[in-house]
Amino acid sequence: MTEPIIKIDAISKSFGNFQVLDGLSMQVMPREKLALIGPSGSGKTTILRILMTLERIDAGHIAIEGEQLYHMPKNGGLVAADERHLTKMRQKIGMVFQLFNLFPHMSVIDNVTLAPMLTKGVARAAAEKRAMELLDMVGMSEKAKAMPAQLSGGQKQRVAIARALALQPKIMLFDEVTSALDPELVEEVLNVLWKLCAETDMTMLLVTHEMGFAHDFADRVLFFDRGKIVEEGKPDEMFSNPKQERTQTFLRKIIAAGHRV
Amino acid sequence: MTDWSGYLSLILQGAVVTVQLTVMGSALALVMAFVAGLGRLSRFAGLRWLATAYIEFFRGTSIFVQLFFAYFVLPFAGISLTPLQAGVLALGLNVGAYAAEVVRGAILSIGKEQYEACIALNLSRWQCMRRIIVPQALLVMLPTFGNNAIELLKATSVVSLISLADMTFQANIVRSQTGNTLFPFATILILYFAFAMIITFSIRALERRMARGLDGVRN
Repeated sequence: MTEPIIKIDAISKSFGNFQVLDGLSMQVMPREKLALIGPSGSGKTTILRILMTLERIDAGHIAIEGEQLYHMPKNGGLVAADERHLTKMRQKIGMVFQLFNLFPHMSVIDNVTLAPMLTKGVARAAAEKRAMELLDMVGMSEKAKAMPAQLSGGQKQRVAIARALALQPKIMLFDEVTSALDPELVEEVLNVLWKLCAETDMTMLLVTHEMGFAHDFADRVLFFDRGKIVEEGKPDEMFSNPKQERTQTFLRKIIAAGHRV
Repeated sequence: MTDWSGYLSLILQGAVVTVQLTVMGSALALVMAFVAGLGRLSRFAGLRWLATAYIEFFRGTSIFVQLFFAYFVLPFAGISLTPLQAGVLALGLNVGAYAAEVVRGAILSIGKEQYEACIALNLSRWQCMRRIIVPQALLVMLPTFGNNAIELLKATSVVSLISLADMTFQANIVRSQTGNTLFPFATILILYFAFAMIITFSIRALERRMARGLDGVRN
């Protein structure tokens, strides 16, 4: 029996008086492709942000490959993780953002090589070689010297994906990576995700409103509402035969809004 | 008929001192601006407090008093400075305090998403500051830095009060020797303005250079 690569155990998170997550538990298996769907404010993005250590949890535990993310062993007990521990744990995780978050003052290739050179001590030549391979994979090698402002949204997002891949994370988090794109640019980004799915064995967590893509791509779909997993299952069951009323309502609304299932 | 060329060369000698003061004072101000500006944003309360104390003290007291203090009072503490050193110290610390707030404001103007990208790429806080935040903030700081440098240029005239022979000091000499006011003061008026224009255009050129590529236009 393989161990889960991510084990979330009763985590809670509030922003002020708003409780986003309330005792949430879930597990993700290695290589699993997970789609997180649900209305906005349901906590799905917060989970990704917590896994990337962009938000801290108020309670609970998270283990990545059996090792605590926010805690570390000390004198036989567990204490809050320090920056060094977080740095070590972050090596396993990469994230792609809704708004790309490229570094606007650096060329495409510098965006991709920066982190491997700074955090892993990779030499420039090796980092650039690897970056060109990754840019090639996302179809952006011709734009290696361009600045981010010269690119379309879809191109920026493909660069952002290459940048995250350059650190070779085991887990990749995709936070609504097509939501900010014009409709005709969505496909080029989704095609890259397909490629990753086929060519790598990364564990992938995907927060998305692209229900058609979630259906085809995911091994398992989780429907979130008000900080809880309301329903989960195989894409086929979830989309064609949702059991919970809230899931049915959500999917009806999404379809009415023009999203393909 | 007075021979003005001799007096002009006197004023130009003073102009060299003014330029020296401006360049060295600006260099010190730049260093202080980053030290105190980043200090105010530090995670450590002690550093924040120190930076705030420095900024408020030097903004809150007169440059005259600061200069007199550096030149006339510090010797009693065993620190004797030449007029030029005292001038650079007072000007640099004074203008640095204003520029520190520029650094702080510019850094705060960089969006949170840039910090988040740093965390996701596992950069350390320092790497993030140095490679991502400050290079972008620099462009925001530049125009105001230009203002600060011009303020500093104009403030250099206070050093004539500690007998440093800058442009204003020399103009006064020429006035007292010739009794003419128009020649010396029109000359330094033009020179101060010319120096300020040099600063303005240099900053503009620097800004254009740094903004290259950020707006999507091919360099």
